[in-house]
Amino acid sequence: MRGAQVAPLRAAPAGLTDALDVVAGFDDALVDGFGRVGERGASALTAFADAFTGTPLGAPVAVAVDAVIAGSVAPQHLAALAGARSALLGAAHDALLAQLDETLGRTRSPWTTPTSVPSEAPAALAGARAWWHEVALTGWRGVDHELLSVAAGVVETSLLVPELRRIAVLLDGLAAELRACVPVATMAQVPARRWADLWARGVLLAEGTPPPDATPSVSGRLLPLGVDVHSHDTAVQVQLHAILEPADGGPARLVRTAVTAAKVDTIVGPAIWRLLSHHPALLTALADKRALTVTDLPLRGGDLSWVDDRVRLDEPADPFATARVLLPAATTAATDPLDRHPAGIAEPVLVEGPVIRDEADALAVEVDGERIPLAVDRLPAAGPLTVDLVATASACLGLLRWDDGRWQLQPLAVLGTVKRRTVQAHNGDWACGVTDPKIAKEEARAGDAVAVLRERAGRLLRR
Amino acid sequence: MTNADEADWRRRSVVAVLPPARPRKLAKVPFVELADGRLQGVVSSGSDVERVYVSSIAADTHAYQCSTNNNRPCGGLRATPCKHLHALADEALLQYGVDRVARYLRVDVGDGVASGAELLARLDGQPEPASAAVVFSRFLRHLAYLEVPVSTAPQPELHWFPATRAGR
Repeated sequence: MRGAQVAPLRAAPAGLTDALDVVAGFDDALVDGFGRVGERGASALTAFADAFTGTPLGAPVAVAVDAVIAGSVAPQHLAALAGARSALLGAAHDALLAQLDETLGRTRSPWTTPTSVPSEAPAALAGARAWWHEVALTGWRGVDHELLSVAAGVVETSLLVPELRRIAVLLDGLAAELRACVPVATMAQVPARRWADLWARGVLLAEGTPPPDATPSVSGRLLPLGVDVHSHDTAVQVQLHAILEPADGGPARLVRTAVTAAKVDTIVGPAIWRLLSHHPALLTALADKRALTVTDLPLRGGDLSWVDDRVRLDEPADPFATARVLLPAATTAATDPLDRHPAGIAEPVLVEGPVIRDEADALAVEVDGERIPLAVDRLPAAGPLTVDLVATASACLGLLRWDDGRWQLQPLAVLGTVKRRTVQAHNGDWACGVTDPKIAKEEARAGDAVAVLRERAGRLLRR
Repeated sequence: MTNADEADWRRRSVVAVLPPARPRKLAKVPFVELADGRLQGVVSSGSDVERVYVSSIAADTHAYQCSTNNNRPCGGLRATPCKHLHALADEALLQYGVDRVARYLRVDVGDGVASGAELLARLDGQPEPASAAVVFSRFLRHLAYLEVPVSTAPQPELHWFPATRAGR
């Protein structure tokens, strides 16, 4: 990525600010709850409904807002509101990504799979639907321990159903935050956008998952770029961004593939890799910087499904070389419309330039006189990237992210400087074990959390 | 992503609302939580691998309790907290940090506390019966997470939950 590609990102796409203002009004109303909206909430929701005038969502949203203001909210009203909010942020996502694609010269194939209506919602979703309904009525300020214990029950039943994993993981993450924040009324600031994002997604997921579509399969060589790690107390997702060179000789594609493990709060840092020990090829590819040969893996949009026995380790492949040579011309794919949200934007780029400290003492990478702020609060403790190491970097391979009006680069790997020598450091370096002797010693002292808990589970569960 | 003390949470999708737990040794005290209005957890018996103690301190009254998971009273529990409660308090401070534990137990640690013993010395509760079953079943549910199979379907919602170094 060059400086000339950074400058255009400073201008917000047309209409974005207005759309987000409308969303902010909605989010504030949800803080107080839709059960009893005051004057301010009513006018914010009316403005929200007005934003959809003349669109297919216009009528259902107007009806839903009237129902909220009249104090007679039914489930279909909340579904309409959640859908409309998601549509607005989906449009924001599309505008931001179009801007980014244009400046990067990235080709994105459109989403072609028709979005199908869920055939029948599994019975286990009834509890989830009721919970999202209740929380919308009471608002974040009204959340209490009783409502949170209901959430725990919903998580417990849905975690066991593979199709409901997403809603279980989402609800468990949100509920833990609420539990730590109750009583919300005493919080100095409520994360209104964040919680409304999660609420709207939860309501949509609770409508049921569409039947699986016929996903095309691909074969070829997978060249890793970097790995992004997500986690809350009870889940960790490792998402690999990579270039796929199709075996049929088609153009290189930018894809991602993810595995998610359930965990508990005390499994943190490098210990998370041990939860993924059933995927040795993935871990070795990350730790040893190896390419992978993949055969007939399902590819849905840009998401490649990991299937262990269809993946084989290949030659070593330097992610920086892959980013330099293959990433600029790689084509990519659109996201499932229901998953579109600015928070989901994670576009791999290589920025070759020094990391500097700006006037506010924040880290940024500088290229051709332009600066991109670094999201150094997204460095996982599971890998070797620290703020100090990133500060020495001469190149960053990372993900462009957008939140609250600005773009940031989340480093996945850096060319750093240690004792005047250039070193590569990647998030996935410790996938097969910690390679930094100092950290390895700390880990050894703490003991193997996963093994201790599995031993306890073996003795105490199923009795 | 930004921290609690930074400017505006309102319009951000990604903020670190809940700091991740800090790493600690789990062998002695496999489970600690601040939940149900109590600091509660499970302490492994030093002598019998099959036995665990369930220990808890109520946030409102500071009443404390310790018994085996089969509700047999802990022999060490008298007018002062037993060694299991000490271990529980030690590990809670490691896992959550002094501030969060003190806030939850509504205890003033103005000049700080360095150990579980110092924390317990600032509480003014009495031993009071409490059911071990509730805490123990929460521990079993906690362990059950490790039995949930790995999923290879993408979880787009986890983009709201980036892994972070905070807390370490």
